[in-house]
Amino acid sequence: MSTLHADHAPSGGTYADRYVAAAHFRDRDHEFESVKMGVWLFLSTEILLFAGMFVGYAILRMLHPEAFIAGSGKLSTFWGLLNTVVLLISSWTVAMAVRSAQLGKQGALQFHLIVTNLCATAFVVIKLVFEYYPKWQEGKLPGKWFSYPYAVDPSEPLWWGIYFGSTAIHATHVIIGMGLLTWLLIRARKGHFGPHHYTAVEGVGLYWHIVDMVWIFLFPLLYLIH
Amino acid sequence: MTTITSPHAGHGDHGGHHDHDVSYLHPKGGIWTTIWDWASTIDHKKIGVMYLVAILFMFFLGGMAAIAVRLELMEPTREVTVAGKNVVTGQLLAFGQSLQKGNENYNRMFTLHGAIMVFMVIVPSVPASLGNFLLPLMLGAKDVAFPRLNLLSWYVYVLGSIFAVAAIIMGGVDTGWTFYTPYSTTTDVEGNMAYWRIVSMILAAFILGFSSIFTGLNFVVTVHKLRAPGMGWFDMPLFVWGIYGAAIIQVLATPVIGITLLLLIFERLFRIGIFDPAMGGDPVLFQHFFWFYSHPVVYVMILPGMAIINEIIAVYSRKRIFGYRAVAFSTLAIAAISFIVWGHHLFTSEGEVAAVVFSAITFLVAIPSAIKVFNWIATLYKGSIRLTTPMLYALGFLFLFTIGGLTGLPLGTLSVDLHLHDSYFVVAHFHYVMMGSTIIAFIGGIHHWWPKMFGRMYNEFFAKIGFWLVFIGFNVTFFPQFMMGAHGMPRRYASYTDEFLIYHQISTIGSWVLLVGFLVHLFVFIHSLLAGRLAPPNPCGGLTLEWTDAASPPIEHNFHHEPVVNHGPYDYDDVFPKQADPKEFPMPAPLPAGARAH
Ligand code: HEM
Ligand SMILES: [Cu+2]
Repeated sequence: MSTLHADHAPSGGTYADRYVAAAHFRDRDHEFESVKMGVWLFLSTEILLFAGMFVGYAILRMLHPEAFIAGSGKLSTFWGLLNTVVLLISSWTVAMAVRSAQLGKQGALQFHLIVTNLCATAFVVIKLVFEYYPKWQEGKLPGKWFSYPYAVDPSEPLWWGIYFGSTAIHATHVIIGMGLLTWLLIRARKGHFGPHHYTAVEGVGLYWHIVDMVWIFLFPLLYLIH
Repeated sequence: MTTITSPHAGHGDHGGHHDHDVSYLHPKGGIWTTIWDWASTIDHKKIGVMYLVAILFMFFLGGMAAIAVRLELMEPTREVTVAGKNVVTGQLLAFGQSLQKGNENYNRMFTLHGAIMVFMVIVPSVPASLGNFLLPLMLGAKDVAFPRLNLLSWYVYVLGSIFAVAAIIMGGVDTGWTFYTPYSTTTDVEGNMAYWRIVSMILAAFILGFSSIFTGLNFVVTVHKLRAPGMGWFDMPLFVWGIYGAAIIQVLATPVIGITLLLLIFERLFRIGIFDPAMGGDPVLFQHFFWFYSHPVVYVMILPGMAIINEIIAVYSRKRIFGYRAVAFSTLAIAAISFIVWGHHLFTSEGEVAAVVFSAITFLVAIPSAIKVFNWIATLYKGSIRLTTPMLYALGFLFLFTIGGLTGLPLGTLSVDLHLHDSYFVVAHFHYVMMGSTIIAFIGGIHHWWPKMFGRMYNEFFAKIGFWLVFIGFNVTFFPQFMMGAHGMPRRYASYTDEFLIYHQISTIGSWVLLVGFLVHLFVFIHSLLAGRLAPPNPCGGLTLEWTDAASPPIEHNFHHEPVVNHGPYDYDDVFPKQADPKEFPMPAPLPAGARAH
């Protein structure tokens, strides 16, 4: 994304216009670039965290293909797909939020932040109400809580461990994202962001894209490969 | 000539009107104000000092556990029948209880020792304390890139340590620092407090991982973005290179242990079965995950140690580091290779082909390590060597790291390792590299930068006595462990046959010498803080920016003026006149005359 030449900007105006970088940076650009690098590094740790999860998935799938196929068949592709669509929409709106901040369109910024947050909420609600809850009712829970009587493969509890483990860690990231989006909204309402200062919007935007991307991997791995 | 600036004589006494010129140690007001000032500080120097104190405290706790372990091993635990009566021997940790109890306490002690020393001492030791303090100074920056994240990392460290201490208070953990499954997920039955202590310990390691990631991330960005004008990548002091290499590993490896420990907790609490063979899971998968982090992390431990050695050897032999670029690149090479050798910890549990491949790659990692050692020795050659305490520690490091590194090679050799695996030989190997190298470098570094950090000199004579006690005590403690390991003494047992008695007794006596050595150092530090001579800005004649451009101790904003780099960190010949008495080090680039007065 482009770097704006913040320091040629006139002073006065909103908080975002008057914003000066922290003392140990040369200027706002320098700060922006540094923060963005920090965010990218943090996101690489997130990717590596999920990479560990994916490796676990791959190895256990190799050991117990039958259990994984049986378990995967018991997931509802409809709700999974719907959630994928919801997250894709939110990815677009969060990108629009960043764009609006860059252009100084305060109304559009707030609108897109709200829509993104609504999508996130919808995702969590669908996950809990239409996926976790029915599974719980039927006893398809991981490990020691597994009580589903019609399991075809003895290793099916293992599959549910992977399913609940990975989706719960992902959902936790979505919920943290909801907190961050709310924080952005509060700051946006105070006029904290504008063409010369939108570091936080950019950072959270990147985070949100990564959370979506992880789901884009989880969805086919869990729901589609039978 | 040397201008002596001290915190109190220089500027502090002028009253408060030049606040930014005051030493960072200058109290802000009454005791509570000062405490709050430290607790809420975002100054990298204060955070470095806070880390130093916290880490040394944990070092003390871990050290006490080690003394207890060695004490127990003074005699083997056994039950023998003498004249028809059962006699129990060597029960020093049982406190009069049963043999079983004694063995259990022994297991708890070495787990405690290992977990504290690895996660709470050695991993953060050099980067979080000296690294925090020095990185911005060496780069000519005012602070690290993200000062608040830096403070957060300290609090997260303390939080993690509290979880570890809670586990100890609940009775302690007996899994070993490696938390191998299925033991770690099944020991201590459900239903009472004891069930939770392992969870608490694992959570501690998980939380400490965040602290480590925050520090690493901060340092990587700082090195990339905050170098002073004129400082290119190859003008950076090698200390910075080492810290940078370690920081990259911290960022890339720690998330994997994060997910591993999380899954381990799920496994223990919910029995999800991933690591449980009874449910179709794979315990060796845990070992792979664990070492995928824990092998790279041994280089998080050693690279900063090597980083310190670069500075000490260059300064006290007053020579340009031999092969600067080779040292810098070998740092990156070590960081890269460290990610693909983890399998050498699993020779006995992984597949045969994998073992052969990992064995082969393991030898690669020795190459860049050896390059560094050769470069240091070449630097010493024909240098004007001054045997100060830090230099003694650096030479000690060279000796001990060579032994530690070389003994890694037989361990990396498949056929030999099948015999040596899980024996005292491994214990001796990793103590030579972790304690004999990293901790030795750490203590040497603390001495080297002590005048800079606290503005006071320490007593050289007693510090040297401390060095010799530590050095001799270390070798007496750990060298016999190579021998008994090669003879077949397995690790992690409180009992042994008579054949090993003499080695264990020598080793235990060595641990007492070590203890006395550390106490001498503690005394030297306290004495210096209370009564040490005020330190000049550059007592050692270093050319890195913390010596040439900053006061001792530095002012709050580090430098009066943003430093401009016009000589390399090791250009002694260019900066110092050839015949200068090596005992007297003129400030090569005195602060501009107006700097003090403005
Ligand atoms: C110079 C190259 C090195 C080589 C070739 C090497 C090789 C090995 C091998 C093969 C093992 C496994 C032995 C076994 O369990 O049977 C091992 C264990 C170990 N090494 Fe190294 N090593 C090297 C350097 C280091 C360094 C620099 C450190 C730390 C600062 C280190 C720390 C450890 C630790 C902590 C263990 C054992 C951990 C445990 O099982 O509890 N090593 N090393
Ligand atoms: Cu290793």
